[in-house]
Amino acid sequence: MVFAAASLTDVFTQIAADLEAEGGPRVTVSFAGSSTLSAQIIEGAPADVFASASLVQMEEVMRARPEAGAPVVFATNGLVIVVERGNPLGIRDVADLADDDVTVAVADAQVPVGAYSAAMLAAAGVALEPVTLEFDVRGVLTKVELGEVDAGVVYATDASSSDGVDSIAVPDEFDQQAEYPIVALSDDDADAQAFISYVLSDAGRVRLDEFGFGAP
Amino acid sequence: MLVPALLAIAFFVLPIVGLASRVPWSDLRRLVSDDASREALGLSLITSLTATVIATLFGLPLAWLLARVQFPGRRLVRSICTLSMVLPPVVAGVALLAALGRRGVVGARLDAWFGLALPFSTPAVVIAQVFVAMPFLVLTVESAIVATDPTVEEAGRTLGASPFYLFSRVTLPSVRPAIVAGMVLTWARALGEFGATITFAGNFPGTTRTLPIATYLALESDIDQALLMSLVLVAVSMAVLISMSDRWTGVVGGRR
Repeated sequence: MVFAAASLTDVFTQIAADLEAEGGPRVTVSFAGSSTLSAQIIEGAPADVFASASLVQMEEVMRARPEAGAPVVFATNGLVIVVERGNPLGIRDVADLADDDVTVAVADAQVPVGAYSAAMLAAAGVALEPVTLEFDVRGVLTKVELGEVDAGVVYATDASSSDGVDSIAVPDEFDQQAEYPIVALSDDDADAQAFISYVLSDAGRVRLDEFGFGAP
Repeated sequence: MLVPALLAIAFFVLPIVGLASRVPWSDLRRLVSDDASREALGLSLITSLTATVIATLFGLPLAWLLARVQFPGRRLVRSICTLSMVLPPVVAGVALLAALGRRGVVGARLDAWFGLALPFSTPAVVIAQVFVAMPFLVLTVESAIVATDPTVEEAGRTLGASPFYLFSRVTLPSVRPAIVAGMVLTWARALGEFGATITFAGNFPGTTRTLPIATYLALESDIDQALLMSLVLVAVSMAVLISMSDRWTGVVGGRR
């Protein structure tokens, strides 16, 4: 069982299918916010592999499971602003999110993307009053896709996976680089090692590129 | 017979024992005085009690309608009005967004005409709670009304009492225990509401972050706090169940 950050949903689903198509083991992947997953693993959930969207949650898991191997960073990600298709409110930059007429969803600060979003807004000097703090990045994206909020802050990869939204780049000087570490939680699990090797392989890199994840 | 019964009891007792054994009692003072959880508890109490009052005001007439008035499609109406009780709460939340969200059938008009946006507001929390909890009141009271003797109401009618007088002075008093039980069930369901709330109302401290949502979040950041909040919910629920069975329904039922 692979526990993977919600932002890896599309690419890991594809990689798991690739691996099985090439005669590798059949892998089940459970996606959720990295903080949800780390709490579940610490409480004893039967995860063989953990792929986190942040080093913070990985460190928590490492403290609780010292017998695990060493985590390897396999991908990076950045932030973008997503708005309704066509950008009816004409949102151009981070500062526009603070407008009173603009309703914004971000992720809760204890989820990696929420922590990155808060750091990005602080770097841009924007004081924001979001209407909701979602449990994971997909929650933010869904609220924008449904038109329930005007804008949201998500990973670049989530924005490009959605047809229902337009994205606005976050300037490099404010952007936060998300690093994705992966680890096998037990040494002697061949299926877990096979999955991690595949993610780190050239074929895995091609898929990660395709879904917009940067190289470490 | 006894063995499965005892196993069943153990099955229900064990999680509570587990919870109690893991709560860091020595840290209780710090945890109880934590502003975030008090805020969540306060919001939960206000919204769930408001939801119970609203569900009662609208649910009692609906229960009476379903119990006493013959009309075509009554079974269908009953099914629709109690559907939210069996729906997965997240589905209930999606349905509420589709109806009352900014792009919803009704919500889009509220937004256009009155500039009113319900999602992500405290009223949205109450709406989600009423939606999933009101069926408990309706079903409890309806079956109680069905079980009462309709000849008493008919006697009242022949003596010239108005329908509202009969409803409020004859029908309702005779089913008071069921109303109390229905209100308690409704309140308990509203207090525990999670899925529809997070979907329809979102999560923001002080506005929409109720105790169950705060508990879920705390599980990831401060597990001691989560355990304490869980214990608060257990204690409140236990208190309600005990007082309901011993005092209210018992005495009122005995008087009947």
